[in-house]
Amino acid sequence: MTVPAPRDGAAADASTALKTDETVPAPPDETNGGEGPGDVVLRLTDVVKTFPGVRALDGVQLEVRAGEVHCLLGQNGAGKSTLIKTLAGVHRADGGEITWLGEPFAPATPQAAMRAGIATIYQELDLVDDLSVAENAFLGHEDSKLGFTRRRSTASRTREILARLGHAEIPPRQAVRSLPAAGKQVVSMARALSHEARLIVMDEPSAVLAHDEVENLFRIIRELTAQGIAVIYISHRLEEIREIGDRVTVLKDGRTTAANLPARGTPTRDLVSRMTGRTIEYVFPPRRPAEQRDPLLVVDGLGRTGEFADASLTVAPGEIVGIAGLVGSGRSELLETIFGARTADTGTVTLDGARITSVGRAVRNGMGMAPEERKSQALLLDEPVYKNMTLASFSNFAKVGFTDVAGERKAAEKTADALELRPRDVNRPIRTLSGGNQQKVVVGRWLLEDTKLLLLDEPTRGVDVGARAELYQVIHDLAERGVGVLLVSSEVPEVLGLADRVLVMREGRIIHEAAAGDIDEDAVLDMIMAGSLTTESILEGEPA
Amino acid sequence: MTTQTAPPEAPIKQQRRKLDENTLRNLGLVGVLVLLIVVGIITKPDLYSDPTWVKNNFLTILQQASAIGVVTVGMTFVIIGGGIDLSVGAIIALAGVWATTLATQSYGAGGMIFTALVVGIAVGLVNGVLISYGKLVPFIATLAMLVAARGLAAQISGKQTQVSANDFINSLASERLLGIPLLVWILFLVVAAGWVLLNRTTFGRRTVAVGGNPEAARLAGINVKRHTLLLYALSGLCCGIGAIMLTSQATSAQAAMANLYELDAIAAAIIGGTLLSGGRGTIVGALFGVLVFSTITNLFAINNLSTEVQNMVKGAIIVLAVLIQQFRYKSLTQLFKR
Repeated sequence: MTVPAPRDGAAADASTALKTDETVPAPPDETNGGEGPGDVVLRLTDVVKTFPGVRALDGVQLEVRAGEVHCLLGQNGAGKSTLIKTLAGVHRADGGEITWLGEPFAPATPQAAMRAGIATIYQELDLVDDLSVAENAFLGHEDSKLGFTRRRSTASRTREILARLGHAEIPPRQAVRSLPAAGKQVVSMARALSHEARLIVMDEPSAVLAHDEVENLFRIIRELTAQGIAVIYISHRLEEIREIGDRVTVLKDGRTTAANLPARGTPTRDLVSRMTGRTIEYVFPPRRPAEQRDPLLVVDGLGRTGEFADASLTVAPGEIVGIAGLVGSGRSELLETIFGARTADTGTVTLDGARITSVGRAVRNGMGMAPEERKSQALLLDEPVYKNMTLASFSNFAKVGFTDVAGERKAAEKTADALELRPRDVNRPIRTLSGGNQQKVVVGRWLLEDTKLLLLDEPTRGVDVGARAELYQVIHDLAERGVGVLLVSSEVPEVLGLADRVLVMREGRIIHEAAAGDIDEDAVLDMIMAGSLTTESILEGEPA
Repeated sequence: MTTQTAPPEAPIKQQRRKLDENTLRNLGLVGVLVLLIVVGIITKPDLYSDPTWVKNNFLTILQQASAIGVVTVGMTFVIIGGGIDLSVGAIIALAGVWATTLATQSYGAGGMIFTALVVGIAVGLVNGVLISYGKLVPFIATLAMLVAARGLAAQISGKQTQVSANDFINSLASERLLGIPLLVWILFLVVAAGWVLLNRTTFGRRTVAVGGNPEAARLAGINVKRHTLLLYALSGLCCGIGAIMLTSQATSAQAAMANLYELDAIAAAIIGGTLLSGGRGTIVGALFGVLVFSTITNLFAINNLSTEVQNMVKGAIIVLAVLIQQFRYKSLTQLFKR
């Protein structure tokens, strides 16, 4: 069913005229609540959800019909997760209207949403590894009599559901632990069906799957929709949306920027342009003139099976190199391998002539890293700021094995000044600091060492706008001092604004390299997500 | 893609069917038991040539395993549910002492059993409330209970040994049914009930869910806090039963009874394949774990070796068992990462 796409015109018009009637083409069947395919089952009007300091949803419109696959598209932080959690009963909307099957809908708990017929399959599958397939499918609403589980009927009901999903070959009594990721996903869907779900929300279901398994997933989705079940499908991969989706709604900064675009007919350029051009102002320090220097870090042909392959890059002293890529593109794995935290299968990492094969060597040779999971990978949350600051260097302060607390404090205070840490009290437990200031400490830790190269993984995640600008300044100051910086971020504007040179990563490979000034957000996003139109759009893209 | 009925295209890859991990471990434990008996035969061939002695010795091993076995069943549930109960020995002492006060004994066997069970459940409930609603770490809450309950037991008994004058209670250890001591029957009953509870009821299934993935359990609508509370109450109940059994064996109770039972019970559960981090474990394995310890004790006794040597061997066995378990768990998780 390939409908010839109306080139540019129609779709673009529909979405520029947003917030008018065209956003939600008023269906005539709203009152009858009928069951025929194509009836609107879910409608969101101006939904708002505020968290302290953030307006995560700021007027979302969404309309889902029975038996359709409705795709949600948007950059990280656009509000997709908040939206599906609101539907799943994890969050409650502050404003706007949600209508489900013709009735107002505001689930207070995940169970209430389930009972109403909305099932959510989260990215990290919420299964219990040591229970069987059938036990997981019916967890929380077991088929039982007087507390005794009815194993036979549970198994046969599960078998029925699995057959419906086209996976009758999975034995209901097999432990979930022994299933591959694709099998676990089938079990998650079986759980959704065991609740008689009429809408299944799938959050990046293909992220954990290999290519042939994605085909399987699509076949299941087609069977579900043929039974009249509606599916909300979230994915960053445009080709998937083209293949499985019926309509697309695009979110940006918590707002619907385009609703109900045809999934197949809308040109990629149009979709991407709805997602980009963020309204949040990024304040980047002015770019310094580039100077040519010999590379400090040389990564040559680095690869790890199943994660990334053939990655080669260089970073010169004082240079900021940014890697743009989605979660799952292998970017964090690449960074951790460069740092020696993962063992490379192929290739080499050289820093200033020294081979890096372990974290110990990396640190001794002047490499530092601020990992993605700040709280779990980088901080001792209950310890004071100064101890966190000197974590990588406290042996420099120690005398014959005894720590020199006064010396540590003094050094930490100096760094705190340089970082404009707020509050500046280095004796406070780091838990009490804001995300941005915690991140400053993580970065500042390496200022105390003679760090030559700093690896930053999502440095501004969970950091508010004001602190972001300060962090950017800190990163720039480091580069001024001759430190090389290699930075990973899923926020394209950040990479473009901060880095001197940009590498684009997709599905484990570095697919493009350019000076930051020679490439724009649309082009990068296009490469990250679709890949198909890359060359075209780079060539046609606005001259920088 | 022309027909409506789409046949499964790429079936989900099945893991190679191997012997089930639990069966494998249980076979290993049976092997250890056989090995211990062989060592016994080699070191004391004269004793083992007497069939009546062999039979009676076998029953002695079972009888000595009975009380700790019952406690281990409760402990296994708590550990599978993601917790730990360090207070089991202390609960037994408190329940045993409370059940053998003169006042309680005046109500007869029924009163004594009732008291022991109620005290056990009550202390378990206190543990559970502190842990699930007071948000105390299980280790700390039950460690505090370990100290407090023994203190209360000493207070009640006035540090005296309280003799049980009840014939029915005392007969549990001395009488036999079908040639098997009553205490051993109780052990079998509790193990059987524990197995059914873990493997055939919603309670057991939810225990695995709560210990294995609390967030998934919560999202599936399971009341994780209440379930945790019930797990500690169950452990307390098992301690109450154990208190009666120990009292019957010694025909007395005192504040120092069931010393270090928490260690034996945890060790037996772990050797039996219960994961200390929760979410996995078996009742049958736990029973084998108890039997291994009890057989070792017996082996040392018939060879007149000191309890000091025995404790050292026990410690070595625990470390070895956990090392093996960790090694296997690691290699398993690595397999799945690939």
